[in-house]
Amino acid sequence: MPKDSGIGASSKRREDVRFLTGQGQYTDDINIHGQTYVHFVRSDVAHGKINSIDTSAAEAMPGVVRIFTGADFEGIGGLPCGWQVTDRHGEAMKEPAHPVLAQGKVRHVGDPIAAVIAESLEQARDAGEALNIDIEELPAVVDMKAALSEGSATVHDDLGDNLCYDWGFVEENKGAVDEAIKNAAHVTTLELVNNRLVANPMEPRVAVGDYNRANDESTLYTTSQNPHVIRLLMGAFVLGIPEHKLRVVAPDVGGGFGTKIFHYAEEAFCTFAARQINRPVKWTASRSEAFISDAHGRDHVTKIELALDADNNFTAVRTETLANMGAYLSTFAPSVPTWLHGTLMAGNYKTPLIYVNVKAVFTNTVPVDAYRGAGRPEATYQLERVIDKAARELGVDPIALRRQNFITEFPYATPVAVEYDTGNYVATMDKLEEIADISGFEARRKASEANGKLRGLGVNCYIEACGIAPSNLVGQLGARAGLYDAATVRVNATGSISVMVGAHSHGQGHETAFPQVVAEMLGIDESMIEIVHGDSSKIPFGMGTYGSRSIAVCGSAMVRATEKIINKAKKIASHLLEASEADIELKDGQFTVAGTDKSCAWGDVTLAAYVPHNYPLDNIEPGLEETAFYDPSNFTYPSGAYACEVEVDPDTGKVTVERFSAADDFGNIINPMIVTGQVHGGLAQGIGQALMENCAYDENGQLLSASYMDYAMPRASDVPFYAVDHSCQTPCTHNPLGVKGCGEAGAIGSPPSVVNAVVDALQSAGHNVTHIDMPVSPSRVWAAMNS
Amino acid sequence: MTQKNQYKLNVNGQTVEVTAEPRELLIYTLREQLNITGPHIGCETSHCGACTVTIDGKSVKSCTMFVAQAEGKEITTIEGLGGPDALHPLQEAFKEHHGLQCGYCTPGMITRASKLLEEIPNPTEEEIRFGMAGNICRCTGYQNIVKSIKAAAAEINAAKEAAQ
Repeated sequence: MPKDSGIGASSKRREDVRFLTGQGQYTDDINIHGQTYVHFVRSDVAHGKINSIDTSAAEAMPGVVRIFTGADFEGIGGLPCGWQVTDRHGEAMKEPAHPVLAQGKVRHVGDPIAAVIAESLEQARDAGEALNIDIEELPAVVDMKAALSEGSATVHDDLGDNLCYDWGFVEENKGAVDEAIKNAAHVTTLELVNNRLVANPMEPRVAVGDYNRANDESTLYTTSQNPHVIRLLMGAFVLGIPEHKLRVVAPDVGGGFGTKIFHYAEEAFCTFAARQINRPVKWTASRSEAFISDAHGRDHVTKIELALDADNNFTAVRTETLANMGAYLSTFAPSVPTWLHGTLMAGNYKTPLIYVNVKAVFTNTVPVDAYRGAGRPEATYQLERVIDKAARELGVDPIALRRQNFITEFPYATPVAVEYDTGNYVATMDKLEEIADISGFEARRKASEANGKLRGLGVNCYIEACGIAPSNLVGQLGARAGLYDAATVRVNATGSISVMVGAHSHGQGHETAFPQVVAEMLGIDESMIEIVHGDSSKIPFGMGTYGSRSIAVCGSAMVRATEKIINKAKKIASHLLEASEADIELKDGQFTVAGTDKSCAWGDVTLAAYVPHNYPLDNIEPGLEETAFYDPSNFTYPSGAYACEVEVDPDTGKVTVERFSAADDFGNIINPMIVTGQVHGGLAQGIGQALMENCAYDENGQLLSASYMDYAMPRASDVPFYAVDHSCQTPCTHNPLGVKGCGEAGAIGSPPSVVNAVVDALQSAGHNVTHIDMPVSPSRVWAAMNS
Repeated sequence: MTQKNQYKLNVNGQTVEVTAEPRELLIYTLREQLNITGPHIGCETSHCGACTVTIDGKSVKSCTMFVAQAEGKEITTIEGLGGPDALHPLQEAFKEHHGLQCGYCTPGMITRASKLLEEIPNPTEEEIRFGMAGNICRCTGYQNIVKSIKAAAAEINAAKEAAQ
């Protein structure tokens, strides 16, 4: 019987009414009296030397308030990088300066050169066109292999070359891995590209800077997944504003998917300029501007080798990857191809020896950072593609080969430094075979053949490391921040509750799911509890929402704070009921003395806390408000098994996804309706990556896919009906809710099964095709069939 | 291009007069002058549909229409479909079936869906998917949007039948 409230209930979302009626308050809906508008003039070449910028004609244009260039930011900090990777030789990665506005050189199309502030946006744009900028174009560094070759032009001349770091993991295993591959009964090798993507939340980025002379306080309204992180980075490292004089607000945010984690130049600019001109400054990205200024995702080129013994047991995995950093290091960029990728290369399998090498490369392209999954999709894609290829080479069933190599005992320490606390990969695969009706596939293939179509089936597993992350561990790995989270539970006198949380909700439904947890713990109605998020002045602290961490980390902090509330409330109740504290029980919002009919209500206790006329003032402070910080002791490890069935039109190469099934293990689930929605969205993004989406540069570093005309976003008619199941639940063993996180799974797990299915379809028709790079577009499929 | 003109529009049943440059796009007039912020700007190239409104009975992307072109026309935005106290059946269905996540595309999505259900009162799943293909959602993967529109169609049709 499904519950109708509390943990496990599909409570309808309380945030919906404002969004459904147009009452949402997004950053672009904010306008402040006296507001000005900024237009950024951006580089239209990938690489060039700025000889001069003449602002005089533009300054004389109507409505222009002030024009800023890189020179105005001399002596002001650049955008910081939040993660330092140490390379194979113990050296720190190369870390170039990242000025707010370009200084000396422009390094990618979209690099901001000047900022024109005017009374209206039109005036700012008109004046931007009147700027006289002399740029001497330099050879562009675009291709990663070429970037590392001798004599290549350099993105940052002071760094000497374009190699950010050369990372080996686990370096001590390298010799043993090489040996195992040399001596293997079979080695399958695959070279592949994980295509560059743009996250494309439907709301483009916006920043509004405001300055209050009266109290010397700056406020930034911004489209962010983590307003406290922005306050910390911008205040401490860029502008030198102390935190008590800087407020960062992220109101309703229209999707993030990773790209709104990072601290961007436009945020620092609007905050800085508002103070300089003593007026609010607003910037709203156009979509084309988003394409050339939002951090991109993925863009790995990899060679993977899988070694097997004569019984088809995996004995070793070795990978070599080139990872694109773009022109500057975005906030968390260095961690994505390393600690979020190398640590996942064991996947769901007991491969004893693994070695991962990653060379991170600077190019004259937009910076690349985390996008939904971040490193984990890249790991999953390589591993699940090479296993599929191995199965085909060995003539064994791809599902059987996976099952044979599954990790079946937990906890399991992988050879890549993480310990899976729990999981059941056999159960998710069993569930997948059931919901995907794998046994019925051959009949469906025949039916497709009768219609002149090639049908293919692809399966894959995935594991991810979520609930990011134990602070002491990530500190050792180079993180420059802790990754705990925080919550304050403020019980009001009449018993209603405000919960201030560090996690930010931009589609994930926290305003609904978080109260379900507190309601369950206290036995009161969900409607009495409200979540407050997204404003650094209202919330003690928080590290924000990414890495499927909100419920696992911030939710755990909320549980700890609520436990403190219960402890104190029981003390108050014991006084009111004149009983021993140990005898007080809280159930359904009533405090009772065990074994008696003496009781008082939740509201009696909360009122006593704030109107302490009859109250143990000698022993307990009045009031009922508690804060907890929660630092996880391990990552969480959601996992699952996915299946995709495609039809390929042999005449055109067009691929249609006919069926898609996902069996996930997310541990305990707070709100199944929301979890299902998260999986659906992730699947669409993963299928989009596999079939449609591609961020393409030409050899001069011009972005060819800079609008929805050229970047193919999945539409309703492009994606299938998804069969989703999350009934396999192995609760996380180390957080109080037993939750693992579900936000990224769909995007991590889906691309390999799509490509596996296409290869299966083509091989079924006798085509000797072992791999097609994503996106598996009609032209690529047609070319593969006709090569 | 700084010459401003007066334009008379009918927005959500009310006649309004605005003063704007002829080059001003309708979405800016709605959002910046009339404070109707339900329609959003997602791409400015008429691909994403976040700005969808209904003009004289047709779904229109208001980011690619000049305010001058809307002179004298009847415009309906999400605000005109239903408010918090009286949700339109589509708004109810989107809530019931989790047809939205971040909410940014939602006003355009529902405004478009309201016209789709006039064009095709009882659409199949395929007709919904194609009929909604001009509106991009990055969050939901569309399945629950399709479900919501189907449910709203049934609700609207049942109400129509009951009224007959």
